[in-house]
Amino acid sequence: MQSYDPRVNRMELPSNEDGKEVLQSEENWETYEVFHQKKRGDQHIHVGIVHAANPEMALILAKESFGRRRQTANLWVVKSSQVHATDYENQDMFETTPEKTYREASDYYCMDRIRKYQQEHGIADRKGERRKKTEAKSK
Amino acid sequence: MKYNEQQLTAVKELLYKIADDQLIIGHRNSEWTGLGPILEEDIAFSSIAQDKLGQSLHIYELLHSLGEKDPDTIAFTRGAKDFKCCQFVEHPIGEYDFSLMRNFLFSHSELIRFEMLSNSSLEELAKLARKYKGEIKYHVMHSDTWVKQLGKANDESRARMQSALNESFNLALGIFEESEFAGDLNEMKVFEGEKVLQNNWLEQITQVLERGSLEIPAQTKWVPAYRGRKGYHTEYLQPLLDEMGEVFTVDPKAEW
Repeated sequence: MQSYDPRVNRMELPSNEDGKEVLQSEENWETYEVFHQKKRGDQHIHVGIVHAANPEMALILAKESFGRRRQTANLWVVKSSQVHATDYENQDMFETTPEKTYREASDYYCMDRIRKYQQEHGIADRKGERRKKTEAKSK
Repeated sequence: MKYNEQQLTAVKELLYKIADDQLIIGHRNSEWTGLGPILEEDIAFSSIAQDKLGQSLHIYELLHSLGEKDPDTIAFTRGAKDFKCCQFVEHPIGEYDFSLMRNFLFSHSELIRFEMLSNSSLEELAKLARKYKGEIKYHVMHSDTWVKQLGKANDESRARMQSALNESFNLALGIFEESEFAGDLNEMKVFEGEKVLQNNWLEQITQVLERGSLEIPAQTKWVPAYRGRKGYHTEYLQPLLDEMGEVFTVDPKAEW
């Protein structure tokens, strides 16, 4: 029985003398960065790239590559060439010296003052109550 | 709903024709898996093929509930003459232009068919029709995008798409072969009929083809490839069925 399935009858692709497949330069499409949004209102998160001839096609292809196995509300595509990036050579600019913790929120202690204010003004400490509840539950 | 014998035959014939179309085009399109023009398109086209197989399964299950054999037996053990698919879906995949054009023409007919069926008096079918809506909408968006892109990209791509359209058009008209039970189905409010479907289809595809600068062959050249619905098929169907059922028929009682 002769099969009509090309997986059985491998297609003959044209090749160069070195055996490599011939690929014209115009057959190389641009890449598009794909951003995935799980639920409406969520942030779009970068998930990868697709090759496509135009934005519409990029969206169509991104749908199957990145949308079919997870909950999806929306997709964005952006031409990779339109993305501007910092230079890895300058990566050192992101380093901060350890002596500058005063620039970070975690270095400020103020909860005791907030609790005192809440007690004085009869404001419920909802965060504290929640913590007590979860502690009671875990016991 | 209680059907008399003729009504039941009419409904079953409709369901067989829909599911067989889906199974066969799903199988054909899946032949591109691993061979698609680019990775992303390979994934998308394979996924579309899987959607069609899944849809056919649901319709075969519905047939099973109406007294037919179980879905696997229906799908894998019937011979070509028992298949009610149109001849269009059984043709080999050819080159990618033909497969894309076929999927374009077929998916548009599916979109309209299931829009019509979503109000069918056969409630289970109407439910399925509403369930498929999103899948089929994507299949149409996918093929519209390609048709427009390749229709306009360059001379070669336009020429290929136009010749794929010329080659497929009469085959595609075969989708709309009217059933001998059309009157019953219409009366029972199960399905409005292939004529309405074909008219809406023509209107829809014309709009998209125009945007891809592609032209439907002149009406004087229309010779619909009918008879598939009656069980008369091309030489291509039986080898496909043999291959599709090859594993199943080794041991039909095996548990998967």
